[in-house]
Amino acid sequence: MSDRLLEIRNLQIDGESDEIWHEIIKGLDLDLDRGEVLGLIGESGAGKSTLGLAAMNFVRPGCRIRGGSIRFDDRELTEESDVALRKLRGVRIAYVAQSAAASFNPAHQLIDQFSEIPVVHGVKNRQDAETDAKDLYRRVLLPDPDGIGYRYPHQVSGGQLQRAMTAMALSCRPDLIIFDEPTTALDVTTQIEVLTTIRDIVREFNTAAIYISHDLAVVAQMADRIMVLRYGELVEEATTRKMMSDPQMDYTKSLWAVRSFKKETETGATERTPLVKVDNVTAGYGQEDVLKNVTFEIHRGQTLAVVGESGSGKSTAARVITGLLPPRLGDIHFNGKPLPKDYRSRNKDQLRHAQMIYQMADTALNPRQRIRSIIGRPLGFYLGLSGQKKENRIRELLSLIELEPDLYIDRYPDELSGGQKQRVSIARALAAEPEFIICDEVTSALDQLVAEGILRLLDRLQREFNLAYMFITHDLATVRAIADNVVVMLQGEIVEQGPKNEVFTPPHHKYTELLLSSVPEMDPDWLDELITHRQQHGAMDSTSTS
Amino acid sequence: MTGDEATPLDPQVSRPKRTRLQSALREILKAPITAKFGILVILVYGFVAIFAPVLTPYSETEIVGPEFDVWGEEFILGTDGLGRDMLTRLLFGARNTVGIAFFTTVLAFLIGGLTGLLAAIYSGWFDQIAGRVVDVLMAIPQLIFALMLLTIFGTSIPTLIIVIATLDATRIFRVTRAVSLNVVVLDYFEAARLRGERLLWLCIREVLPNITAPLMAEFGLRFCFVFLMIAALSFLGLGIQPPTADWGSMVRENAVLITYGDITPILPAIAIAILTLGVNFLVDWFLHKSSGLKDGH
Repeated sequence: MSDRLLEIRNLQIDGESDEIWHEIIKGLDLDLDRGEVLGLIGESGAGKSTLGLAAMNFVRPGCRIRGGSIRFDDRELTEESDVALRKLRGVRIAYVAQSAAASFNPAHQLIDQFSEIPVVHGVKNRQDAETDAKDLYRRVLLPDPDGIGYRYPHQVSGGQLQRAMTAMALSCRPDLIIFDEPTTALDVTTQIEVLTTIRDIVREFNTAAIYISHDLAVVAQMADRIMVLRYGELVEEATTRKMMSDPQMDYTKSLWAVRSFKKETETGATERTPLVKVDNVTAGYGQEDVLKNVTFEIHRGQTLAVVGESGSGKSTAARVITGLLPPRLGDIHFNGKPLPKDYRSRNKDQLRHAQMIYQMADTALNPRQRIRSIIGRPLGFYLGLSGQKKENRIRELLSLIELEPDLYIDRYPDELSGGQKQRVSIARALAAEPEFIICDEVTSALDQLVAEGILRLLDRLQREFNLAYMFITHDLATVRAIADNVVVMLQGEIVEQGPKNEVFTPPHHKYTELLLSSVPEMDPDWLDELITHRQQHGAMDSTSTS
Repeated sequence: MTGDEATPLDPQVSRPKRTRLQSALREILKAPITAKFGILVILVYGFVAIFAPVLTPYSETEIVGPEFDVWGEEFILGTDGLGRDMLTRLLFGARNTVGIAFFTTVLAFLIGGLTGLLAAIYSGWFDQIAGRVVDVLMAIPQLIFALMLLTIFGTSIPTLIIVIATLDATRIFRVTRAVSLNVVVLDYFEAARLRGERLLWLCIREVLPNITAPLMAEFGLRFCFVFLMIAALSFLGLGIQPPTADWGSMVRENAVLITYGDITPILPAIAIAILTLGVNFLVDWFLHKSSGLKDGH
């Protein structure tokens, strides 16, 4: 039995759109030994998932393998029949998807779905499969390993589900597991646990793994070797340590440099009257209060970052400020004067001054309106512009967001990429000439390079128009880059707030400490050091999420 | 710098620019054979319905020959029980039945579609009340309800249209409400609300353009059901009244011919069947396209 497990040579994969075949993978080679972890890094559309899936000779609908060889354990997969491939998939090569929630059948218990695989493939009988399941659940550190298998997917948290999926992938003791962005959808604190689990388990079972992600710091913790992909081609390949310390290609270097963007903090005095003041607000849906006694201020020309995990109440705070959710107690003040609590009671001017940019650019723009109408509507509605004046202003705004007016003005949103759509959302907000913009996780769904572009743009616009931003995010790296002041939220309450430097230097509130330490660093040893540190200080369980 | 990264797919390949009409024609050429059949059927029926008076040699109601004449040169499809030309009545029947069914469907869409839209946008009391009224109306079997209402209000054409439209509007309410709700929860709708947009704008510019696909499919299906309903009512004697030509009543009038092994009375029924089939094929294709499912390779 040789050490070389997977050998891909000159793989070419095409994707079809509008009856034209485009090259997705343009002749890639990949080698993987037993027990080795390979990281695949790249932006969206680079071909990482396509390459990962190709390891089991699988392509998504609408794609085809045009050429190349895929040798798994000395078998040529491209020549195998469907029956043979089916015996391979799940048994010797397993796949862990990005969204655990979408991969589990909500109508079946977790343990049923686990047992299905070995039983169907004839590897174990039902009884043995269940015993094995419980053992694996224990090894992936799920709470109540003997009982948790009998729950349904909606009864466990996201992090727990992801770990259950990892356990399920191991059910037949595969030689290779493909992890496709497994922690992208999780909070930072949950991510730590899942990463540790994956790494330990892969080492313990000597399973080879392909770890796909766009988050470099995460991949640095997990992989022995890293391949950087771009537009279906290999940019650079090296061992992790070498690539971290000494990247060769310009593109690789640019990926590494992303986290270096920091805005220039102005040391000018802030005005005494805050632009927006959230005063002792308590709000909730129905009986439950989601925000409890929340007070903070936002000043003109400054950025307030509101940080917290899912369920902390950050987006609810935004809804209260915009008037979509009237608070049960407390007030919102704008420029010193109280705002009507319900947006329907506010006049046009009050509505104009506060604009919102959303996280998912796909749902933030009406797919049946051209860019011209999307940006033009606030111009006509708020400012009464029309005709040539309006057309000129639309072009001005497009230039402001760095999109060539002639090229983009007549397009529909589905003809733009994610980053471009987000820019259009920014232009739409700017068109109203507001004083205050709420950015609700605007870069969370974007790749790092693209996100950096958006942050730079927002920074420039802020200085040019003296805008105030409320930047909601769960990513502390972003906070470091763009915030002037920070509010840290946990379960509807503010645990810490103040100027950025104050919040980021110790001493902290315990939760802030947890958050800050959970952000992956670019150092390959970071995860090990963190775990040792936490074991020594006994702070391994995260507070709210799992 | 024109944006950070390339548009989806290979940025070097420029897609040929096409007008909407050209895209539509290309789509039709790519369609499966059943859809093409459907389009053909609709075009033929539409043509016949519009140009019936010009196409037919005889009049709709005049008695021009012996009763139950055989298929021959003078009367291509023979004559009916009173001596009127069968082919003429068949073509006029297209105009009457299809025409009335079309207007009824349009009216049903106006009533049901508008109410459904408003229910999705307003939610709350309006949605509840509208929903419950619709539930009650739908609880009564449609044909019987229609028969009852027509007996009460008489069987003139306007009454027929209004009764059937109201009953079918209930189904359209449900469909419209469901697809509108999908749109109303999205961010861009919230953004429009926050802007302060009025109801008219929200309905027409935000929601409606995004629900046209399922609504058009529903229009096709509803049309078929309305059509069948009218034919059924006419067959029972409470729909379109004689001497107006209508396929449903034509089946009834000439039914006795079956005992002689003549397929003439079935002709109107076949005409109904082909139209229903054609529209269904078209709607199937339409729904398949708009569902975005990709065919496996």
